[in-house]
Amino acid sequence: MGLPTPDTSHLDSDESIYPPSEDSYLLLDTLSSASESAYLASHFASPSPAPLVLEIGPGSGIVTSFITTFASEIFGRRDVLTLAADVNPAACSGTAQTVGRNLKDAEKGHGIFLDALWVDLDSCLRGGEVDVLVFNPPYVPTESVPVFDENGNCKGESEGMIEAAWAGGKDGMEVTERVLKGLERCLSKRGVAYVLFCAQNRVQEVIGRLEGGEYGRNWKCDIVGRTGKTAGWEKLCIVRITR
Amino acid sequence: MKLLTANFITCSVKSCQSVTPALSFRDAELAREEIDFSPLFLRNILPRIDWPLLQRTAKELGFPALPETKPELSPIAEGDEEGVGSEEEQKLLKELHSLLLETSVQSGKLVCANCGHEYPISQGIANFLLPNHLV
Repeated sequence: MGLPTPDTSHLDSDESIYPPSEDSYLLLDTLSSASESAYLASHFASPSPAPLVLEIGPGSGIVTSFITTFASEIFGRRDVLTLAADVNPAACSGTAQTVGRNLKDAEKGHGIFLDALWVDLDSCLRGGEVDVLVFNPPYVPTESVPVFDENGNCKGESEGMIEAAWAGGKDGMEVTERVLKGLERCLSKRGVAYVLFCAQNRVQEVIGRLEGGEYGRNWKCDIVGRTGKTAGWEKLCIVRITR
Repeated sequence: MKLLTANFITCSVKSCQSVTPALSFRDAELAREEIDFSPLFLRNILPRIDWPLLQRTAKELGFPALPETKPELSPIAEGDEEGVGSEEEQKLLKELHSLLLETSVQSGKLVCANCGHEYPISQGIANFLLPNHLV
């Protein structure tokens, strides 16, 4: 559809925030693709309650900003509410700034950004409220995943917040696993999740487990976005997960 | 944190989530930010609202009492694409717009009535991280 990419240049110098990268751009391209926006517009057709979108781990806020600014283009309706949830407080304020900055010049037809919540994944969200969950996880396989206390301080020798943006533990799946296990609680009856995976995450096996009932129900999975193949491997892909 | 957001959140402690949402604002400092009013938008937000929770939140923050039960709006007349409705409905939707979308808590805390945990709010952002022993 060729919608413009949100401006995040005000965050360029903040090294604690994950900068917009290939994975972020794949999410933008996928959500605004002709097929996906047609799916969302029909899935959330009016009249129905205003859809609530939650992005976990927004980082710079580029994806949440894009969804908020282009609610009409993506959902075919403008009454879209967006929320962001990040373990990094700099990403919370950065996301709010990015959304505000890009909404200034937005056409009528944009949605409403509610808040950025400083939280571990979706743990403070009431169950069954989220209609669209967007998650660009820390998906790089690593020895361990950083753990934070209630003040956002990191335990051990970890580099802290920026590491939390990419370090995914075993198979790069430790954090994603927690989100997948929580889908049944988090998503509304009409809920849709978009989760990004990389090749090392063994995405076909994960899809098999999702569809096979290992995460609370037999989820329906579709690969709706992918980057080009490198030596026969899909580098990154986005799986749409629905009830 | 906008008051509409407060309607969607709960205590991060898992064992508190099976009970009625029980977060209360304390020492709240409020701010107002003007947002374009769209009656249609509010009509589609209303079905999502947990009315008893909103009533309680509004009371805690010192707002005038809301109606006892969630208002039921009449269907939009043909041709009323913006969902303006009657004058009375218009007034109600505007009040809800102001309360839910234009009012936010800038600082203070949210306290769980179930476990007593306090979540601080600073510069408009609430911290829902838990100490490791509560995770």
